[in-house]
Amino acid sequence: MNQTLADVLQLVALVGALALVHRPFGDYMAAVYSSGRHLRVERLLYRCIGADPGAQMRWPAYLRSVLAFSVVGVLFLYAMQRFQDKLPLSLGFAPIDPDQAFNTAASFVANTNWQSYAGESAMGHLTQMAGLAVQNFVSAAVGMAVAIALVRGFVRARTGELGNFWADLVRGVVRILLPVAFLSALALVAMGAVQNFSGMHEVHTLSGATQHIPGGPVASQEVIKELGTNGGGFFNANSAHPFENPNGLSNLLEIFLILVIPFSLTRTFGTMVGSVRQGYAILAAMGIIWLGSVLVITASEYAHPGTAAQLAGGAMEGKEQRFGEGSSSLFAASTTMTSTGAVNSFHDSFTAFGGGMTLLGMMLGEIAPGGVGSGLYGMLIMAVVAVFIAGLMVGRTPEYLGKKIGTREIKFAASYILITPALVLGGTALAMALPDGKEAMTNIGAHGFTEVLYAYTSGANNNGSAFAGFGADTPFFNTTIGLCMLLGRFLPMVFVLALAGSLASQTPVPTTAGTLRTEKPLFSGMLVGSVTIITGLTFFPALALGPLAEGLSR
Amino acid sequence: MNASLRGTGRLVWAGLRALLVLTVVCGVLYPLAVTGVAQAAFHDKANGSPVEVAGKEVGSALIGQKWTGRQWFHGRPSQSGYDPRATGSSQFGADDPRLAKSVREARERIAAYNGVPASAVPPDAVTGSASAIDPHISPAYARLQTARVARANRLSEGTVRKLVEDHIEGRTAGILGEPHVNVLQLNAALRAETAKSR
Repeated sequence: MNQTLADVLQLVALVGALALVHRPFGDYMAAVYSSGRHLRVERLLYRCIGADPGAQMRWPAYLRSVLAFSVVGVLFLYAMQRFQDKLPLSLGFAPIDPDQAFNTAASFVANTNWQSYAGESAMGHLTQMAGLAVQNFVSAAVGMAVAIALVRGFVRARTGELGNFWADLVRGVVRILLPVAFLSALALVAMGAVQNFSGMHEVHTLSGATQHIPGGPVASQEVIKELGTNGGGFFNANSAHPFENPNGLSNLLEIFLILVIPFSLTRTFGTMVGSVRQGYAILAAMGIIWLGSVLVITASEYAHPGTAAQLAGGAMEGKEQRFGEGSSSLFAASTTMTSTGAVNSFHDSFTAFGGGMTLLGMMLGEIAPGGVGSGLYGMLIMAVVAVFIAGLMVGRTPEYLGKKIGTREIKFAASYILITPALVLGGTALAMALPDGKEAMTNIGAHGFTEVLYAYTSGANNNGSAFAGFGADTPFFNTTIGLCMLLGRFLPMVFVLALAGSLASQTPVPTTAGTLRTEKPLFSGMLVGSVTIITGLTFFPALALGPLAEGLSR
Repeated sequence: MNASLRGTGRLVWAGLRALLVLTVVCGVLYPLAVTGVAQAAFHDKANGSPVEVAGKEVGSALIGQKWTGRQWFHGRPSQSGYDPRATGSSQFGADDPRLAKSVREARERIAAYNGVPASAVPPDAVTGSASAIDPHISPAYARLQTARVARANRLSEGTVRKLVEDHIEGRTAGILGEPHVNVLQLNAALRAETAKSR
């Protein structure tokens, strides 16, 4: 079988698997967040937390709980890294430096998993599994909780109540993330991923050399890193490491895990708002953009333009033989279109347009299908904007799902949209203006600029992947990217929850002949258009200096 | 002011309790449960798929090794010399002049080393992998080394060619990834073959 046909069939298998679970899994998640019943283990957890899961919160209370939980998360993770030498299973590693510990704590709590450290040479097993991996679960659950709160904003009327954060957090972890993670972790071990508590052990090879084989609770961390769209690898090589991602099947499983919650949440949304077709319209917009990215990256890697790639006869630098160009491109598109940032191949060594597309994928704001929860709320914000633009065109007060999009609502949506570009472009400009930016580049010229732009794009959009030639472990970058990650995660949440509160307190308006039909393909098209136009206008100048200049320079 | 401070304190306290209890669930019980089942059901794989020759562990089937000498099949270029303590890749862009130089040099070196024309050297042989410990090479690169390896081990080319063909693994499930050859397993089989012929 030739490479192209195999890669097409792989894509078909992936889409088929996602389609198969879309409805049952999406409806299951809707039931999880709508149910009035509590499991016994959940009651126990609520008692430990001291929270009443039935108490309804308005948006300020919901937001305060999100922030309190996250601040504690940052401090706890920071302390854990600073004192890791005193903890068990430290493998003899020293404490992490303050700037890097801050960066890493911010990174994992913000669901970014930008890593300025190398796992196998810095982090003990306990820091990995009881620190970093815990945030992989809970930061994902926080994202889902905020998305569900926004959906409730559309569903509820004349109340302003958005649900209970602690209940949403606990349910997301206990009923959604844990069961899927447990089963997939075992599947991953069956394929060859390691799962133990040993450190490095020495072997004597046939050629008379010695080699150090690592161990660790890798599979359990690997699956939640994908499922929660986190992306922080146990090892520096991330999902390119054969112990994290041993073969073609594990690779497909990991891509599936990355995409399953973000895509299925559109069904959850449709079910909760009482019209599954509304969910399909959002899904269609997400799917089109994701597929476009897959095709652009794959085509560019197949054609492998670039002096070095042409000389080699293929774009195999920074790619694993068992994956090749196709499976690497599929992974790259999926990880940058969600806010995952795990990599099974290094984007820095991709062709100019392939690498540029991974960058653009993040610049779209991680909404196609986006991170766990954050993808849905990001796309719903874009839907609000699209409805508003359509309203301007026909001269009507815009409505979405029976709620008026007035001045207040559009201000929240516009503020949301402005945050990440401000962080990305501001951060990149600052780094380039100071000597720090140039010193951190591995590559030269336009490609070097792309490394810096990629770093801030990845941080502010909570992706976490890197053009990893970029020397990110300096106090300047640890601090500024750390701040970008926190602000890029939590400021948008403020506006999402404010918008949700405002929507929930409205009285629904009846559908009339003049209402924009947001469940129709036309609206999906408008949504794709709005997303690309807004991103294009914002980032085109920066892209022109980076990947476009590089790709067109020959 | 006091009341709002107290409220914030209560909230942070709830946050801390939530974090601690979820740390126990997700950070201790979950990995322990996965490890328990994995160790019982998939013992070898959970411990890194060790490869044994004559009862001695000589490496992992999933971790590539550095091979020197004409008698072995060689793996791909590695950033770290196949040291699993430092995984990662060159990070050079597809247009980078340094990468172009190293590709050109590797192509000439490998062609001369194996006595084949430079045009026969496949991409994986001249590019660094993502992990720096890629355990595999392409079937083309394995076939290209056959004659050289056979000569160095005083085996017939046919014998070695058969070993190579036996070790070619297709795409997983027929469609996933690319065909590949596991270098350590191939070399272990080669070692057994040379031992037999002496």
